[in-house]
Amino acid sequence: MRIELTVNGKKHALEVEERTTLLDCLRDHLGLKGTHAGCEHGVCGACTVLCDGAAVRSCLMFAPQAEGFAVTTIEGVTPGPGELSPIQDAFCETHGMQCGYCTPAMILTAHALLADNPEPTREEIVEAISGNICRCTGYAQIVEAIALAAERMRGANRAVER
Amino acid sequence: MTETLHHFRYVASDRRVREDRRFVAGKGQFVADVDLPGMKHVALVTCPYPAARIRSIDKTAALKMPGIHYVLDGAELAEATAPLMNGLDTPDVPRRPLAHEVARYSGEWMAAVVADTRALADDAAEAVEVDYEPLPFVLDAEQAMDEKSPLVHAAHGSNVLLDKSFVWGPVDEDFADSPRKLSLRLKWARSATVPIETFGVVANWDAWRDMLDVWASIQMPRYADQIAAALKIPLSSVRVHHDVDVGGSYGVKRGIKHTVLAGYLARRLGFPVRLIEDRLENMRGGDAHGPERLFDVEVTFDDNGVVRSMKMRALENVGAYAGRSPFQLGKPVGAIVGPYKIRSVQYRAIAVVTNKTTQEAVRGFGQGPTNVALERMMDEVADALGLDPLEVRRRNLIRHEEFPYTIPSGSAYDSGDYETVIDKVLADTDYAALKAERDRLRGEGKLAGIGIAACLEPSGGNATFEALLNPNITTSTFMDSCRINVDGSGAITATMHTTSSGQGHETLVGTVIGEALGLDPDIIRVTRPDSLNSLPSGTPVGSRMAIMLGGAAFHAAEKLKTKLMTIAAHDLRIPFDRAVYDQGNVYDREAPQNWRTWADLVTIAYRNYHRMPPGFEPGLAVSHVMQVPTGGVLPTADGRVHMYPCFAFEFHLLLIAIDPDLGTPQILRYRVGHDCGTQINPKIVRGMTMGGIAHGIGAALYEEFAYNDEGQLIAQSFMDYLLPSAHEVPPVKIIDHETPSPHTVLGQKGSGESGYLGAPAAVANAINDALRPLGVSINTLPLTVSKLGDLIAQARGR
Repeated sequence: MRIELTVNGKKHALEVEERTTLLDCLRDHLGLKGTHAGCEHGVCGACTVLCDGAAVRSCLMFAPQAEGFAVTTIEGVTPGPGELSPIQDAFCETHGMQCGYCTPAMILTAHALLADNPEPTREEIVEAISGNICRCTGYAQIVEAIALAAERMRGANRAVER
Repeated sequence: MTETLHHFRYVASDRRVREDRRFVAGKGQFVADVDLPGMKHVALVTCPYPAARIRSIDKTAALKMPGIHYVLDGAELAEATAPLMNGLDTPDVPRRPLAHEVARYSGEWMAAVVADTRALADDAAEAVEVDYEPLPFVLDAEQAMDEKSPLVHAAHGSNVLLDKSFVWGPVDEDFADSPRKLSLRLKWARSATVPIETFGVVANWDAWRDMLDVWASIQMPRYADQIAAALKIPLSSVRVHHDVDVGGSYGVKRGIKHTVLAGYLARRLGFPVRLIEDRLENMRGGDAHGPERLFDVEVTFDDNGVVRSMKMRALENVGAYAGRSPFQLGKPVGAIVGPYKIRSVQYRAIAVVTNKTTQEAVRGFGQGPTNVALERMMDEVADALGLDPLEVRRRNLIRHEEFPYTIPSGSAYDSGDYETVIDKVLADTDYAALKAERDRLRGEGKLAGIGIAACLEPSGGNATFEALLNPNITTSTFMDSCRINVDGSGAITATMHTTSSGQGHETLVGTVIGEALGLDPDIIRVTRPDSLNSLPSGTPVGSRMAIMLGGAAFHAAEKLKTKLMTIAAHDLRIPFDRAVYDQGNVYDREAPQNWRTWADLVTIAYRNYHRMPPGFEPGLAVSHVMQVPTGGVLPTADGRVHMYPCFAFEFHLLLIAIDPDLGTPQILRYRVGHDCGTQINPKIVRGMTMGGIAHGIGAALYEEFAYNDEGQLIAQSFMDYLLPSAHEVPPVKIIDHETPSPHTVLGQKGSGESGYLGAPAAVANAINDALRPLGVSINTLPLTVSKLGDLIAQARGR
């Protein structure tokens, strides 16, 4: 079927099978390889993208269902080639990752959290990322990254883009 | 941080990890991102029975489905390829990518379907009709040893693959003399590392160059060798691309059967083929389960709690096929007494096959389960004497001044200061106050317990556990290597020769070379040539890369410095021993105003051969292939073996509370003292340790590949196999100490398995301490909510 998706601010007219997940559509049709398949049954959160700013699992959504939403992937929050957003930079500062596979989803989840809550407590950060499984880090440096990003972004005194 | 005062410039400083930049932008290159023109996709037909004879496979309907190119069955593949590598000499237990004649576990791959897309391949896989004759099966390891049980491999004549006993020291004498004894039975359940990225492989055969190109999410020693052997092609016809980021592994990403299958299909069909496991394949037919081990431990000890001798029987359920997994009974021999001065040991290692998923290497390679057995035993000794478990450990610890310390099984522990690590943890967290807090919680009606574990992490070894368990194997090395090229512009490029799965090896290489050369690590490019352009590498297993790749990088940099100093000395017309290297430049010790810069030396080496020492090799290329420190020795006839050069130490201390009505455990406090010598990158070491603790909490409390009585794996999704989320992992304070290893270039030891080797033991001890007031104990991992709830209800009902 023919669908029209808005991804990272750009409109795409696509021909997809009805059963194509948003995850597969982003990766295979739009070449946005930063969105990763983990469990493909909605538990691990590795495929998280933002739909109108909310963190959703792209493996649980069919591509046609994403019509009408503004979809944001990790490519959409990266300011430019070689440039990092404050959240991405904070993940580098604390080494909030190891293998990097769950990382784009974790960062998008952090974007969604900080857009709503610029000053989250540790518990609120833990709650926000509890739907994103990381097998490498034990989460400590991820929680620290998000807290550091929040602190820096508050200091920067500007609205978070969503 | 650490107490040792460093004179390092870059090592041990809080520097960023260079790999992180690409990962935060989603620009890692994982195997699923490899997209070759004309690439087709594989789906698998799996066996629904735990054991069955294959009567026939009907592909007709599947081949008529849209987008289908081929259906491969086990008969064709068995005819065309050799069985996969077997660690033990068990030729009648052949392992193949697709079942041939008999299927031996539920989920085993029966046929592979190739189609234009994965979805179409999955559709067609459902249309492949296999006619099965179900056979009797066996799931339990002890039952498998019973001669009346069904044979998993009839031709082998037994379900026992390995049954080997060792006696190190005067065990009988010690047992006869000792005033006190106790025994313990403990079960480590089948769990694994379950990375968030499943295993995947892309293979392409170029018939005009006789070349199989492989991109894979791999962490496996001798991967290309095994592909070549199975496909019966020269090793030089297999090109494994190492510039694939691996999305987590921690041991299990050994997809040899996947690769042989994809490689065969690519060659047979003439187009690139991709096989990416879905989560069910990863958990069931991907052959990535970890140890499932039953321990029987007996110890003798005196009235003071000093343990004199130990008998340990470890029975391992390796699943349906062997591979290298039985060797996971061998590695723990290297630290069979943990950090304790137990003077004699009897060890019996048994590996049996059953009708379960095939086992693979898991973080620690068998050391994790063994550490739980040791540490539960220490608590039982304390309990038997009414002593404090911490005090009992202190009475048994090897002391700082006793290193190097040779244990009964032959390992010479390199260095350690266990007492100081423990003291530092207790300086942070007052033990008496922690006990008071536990008792206060108990007073409020909660079940609360303190858990302790003191464990070792052997690292950087030479894999002589293979020779120990299979005397026909005579491998006594496990190399790693690094090449450095300074190019004609003076830029530095170093190479490493394996994939990585999150360990930050590019950062490791850059940091070590930067340190050795006195140059900013960030200017050193690190690349990963493919396997045909690589020097030998053992891959990142066994916590070895800081020691072995770090060592190779350091030695290569030293060779480069020597080369630069030789060129400079010749050009300055001074003897070599007057040349001093300093941050890229070389000067005359006796006349420091006379010097040659990095740029001068590059010019001489690349363009001014007339200024080079006569006969000197032009250019500035060096390499180093590193032998395992203290390695190169095979086991003795009586089974003593020194396998690992370095032993890191970790001391866990935690407080847990169990909801007495629900059985839900909650970790309230967690401290760990960690000593892995010099930390080349502290951010990486901390992450490894934290991740290991999280993984260990999972193994202790939540994770199990459980089977039902019909032989079906019932943990088939992340709703049944429970990985710890951010809620389950408590904040952990890591208290570092640093006892350098005398065997490594910078004093470093391995840390890739840290946390995981101690957390399960500490959690199990905490749970048992919490249950102690009820008069019950539990030694069957994982200690799930349902098990704890039942146990508590029973105990209270008595």
